[in-house]
Amino acid sequence: MNRSAFSTTAVSLALLAGPLLSPVARSADDGSGPTADTVARGHYLVTIAGCNDCHTPLKMGPAGPEPDMDRMLSGHPQSLAMPAPPKLPDGPWLVTAAATNTAWSGPWGVSFTANLTPDPETGLGRWTLRNFMDTIRSGRHLGRGRPILPPMPYPMYKHFTDEDFAAIYAYLRTIPPIRNQVPEPLPPPVVAAASMQ
Amino acid sequence: MRSPRLHRRRAFLPALGLIVANAAAMAAPLPERLSDTGLFVAGSTTVVRPEILSFTPQYPLWSDGAVKRRWLHLPHGSTIDAAQPNAWEFPVGTRLWKEFSIGRRVETRYIERLEDGSWRYATYVWTEDGHDALLAPAEGIAALMLPEAGSGRYVIPSQLDCRACHEGAPVPVLGVSALQLSPDRDPLAPHAERPRPGDVDLRSLVERGWLRNLPQPLIDKAPRIEAASPAERAALGYLHGNCGHCHADPASTAAAVPVGIVLAQEVLNPAATAKVMRSLVGAPSRFMPSGRTSAMPVVAPGASGNSVLTQRMRSRNPQVQMPPLGTAIADSAGLALIERWIDHDLPSTQEHQP
Repeated sequence: MNRSAFSTTAVSLALLAGPLLSPVARSADDGSGPTADTVARGHYLVTIAGCNDCHTPLKMGPAGPEPDMDRMLSGHPQSLAMPAPPKLPDGPWLVTAAATNTAWSGPWGVSFTANLTPDPETGLGRWTLRNFMDTIRSGRHLGRGRPILPPMPYPMYKHFTDEDFAAIYAYLRTIPPIRNQVPEPLPPPVVAAASMQ
Repeated sequence: MRSPRLHRRRAFLPALGLIVANAAAMAAPLPERLSDTGLFVAGSTTVVRPEILSFTPQYPLWSDGAVKRRWLHLPHGSTIDAAQPNAWEFPVGTRLWKEFSIGRRVETRYIERLEDGSWRYATYVWTEDGHDALLAPAEGIAALMLPEAGSGRYVIPSQLDCRACHEGAPVPVLGVSALQLSPDRDPLAPHAERPRPGDVDLRSLVERGWLRNLPQPLIDKAPRIEAASPAERAALGYLHGNCGHCHADPASTAAAVPVGIVLAQEVLNPAATAKVMRSLVGAPSRFMPSGRTSAMPVVAPGASGNSVLTQRMRSRNPQVQMPPLGTAIADSAGLALIERWIDHDLPSTQEHQP
């Protein structure tokens, strides 16, 4: 599919979905709202950048694990309490992931993929474009807080242009908001023990 | 005059980052040596130029015990516009320096306002012999060997780190404000430094013509935080100076963290303290310490041990600690003040609430 055809399809889908979607213009940065082309561009970027790979939980389908699009981009499911990660033997294996692909354990501790939907309480609903750009560019939560953890490939994504960020942000504000409170990350055991001292 | 509203619209411009990058690219490169930034008289790295203003904010940021000195330079004939009393407008060409010492001078941080209104940030690392300081790499230095530091190591911030703290507030200049330079200084402020001879404050900035359009009530009466007790005043001031630059009112800037905790004080706003208190006392949070099955409130009156605020101030786990950068050692004096306020002051003042 060429890009213009893709854009047309994406806009058509957006129009068909109408009442389910948030208005394109609803933005914490009101002013001149993004155009339908911008939203379509954002949809394209979110798709090819693989955001769904980790931020949309996998479910088991007839052909194996598949994205659960009813929970599109809503991050690690709140209802899925993860047990302690398995302890790997010494050797080259380093990382384990949940069957949903939304929880990851490694030397950094346990990370849970974020809710990228525009839900104001649990997702990006209150984030501004500036918050979004600052997060990816700095590798810090909201651009100012805790470090963003693996496997989020922000060292690559920080090279998105300002226009790319604006398009991705605009698109993410049009997807259905899903209330899903993702857990905070867990520290690695050594850090956890030290922080209790 | 750039209003906060206009500031927010600018922040939405898709090309904002490119504008900033281009402005930095068009400006003269940063000098390689601190001695070439205009802080010192020619040939010296100890004698500050006479036209440069020194200042000492009343609520200093905790930086693991570093001793700090601060200076401000305004271009000749220019002034700071204080019409927005909580978001002063600094002229193009404004420069600020902050020197950090731990046993010896370690680094001097530098901020400069460029021609297009954007700001650039740099850090200069002092040589061991103290003869000059050299421009640090943009990505900072993760572990500078420094025997004088408690851990033996010292972190030089990256330019992104500089932006992380300075650009979350409506104005990136954090220590030069009506509250921080108020002559009505808080005697209980942790780590408060006595103003040095020659320091400017709010009154002298106006008298010497460096500050214009300051609202008359701030001239008539030096600003102070309205609080129910002296400890509360100091606690709220501490939170303003250490946390308020990120936890500003989200309505004030697109870069503020939209989490509902507002710790920045506002002069001339009689509801400022109430807004801060509402965001703290009994406010829900998402933070669930290890081993607990329910989240804690941000501040539980009478129970500092069950308050997210103190839990995160005390932690230095990178995923939990507050502030999230710029410190590797918890501030015991600041923590003691906050605990005293939560455990002793808040329960009694809450009892007297209607």
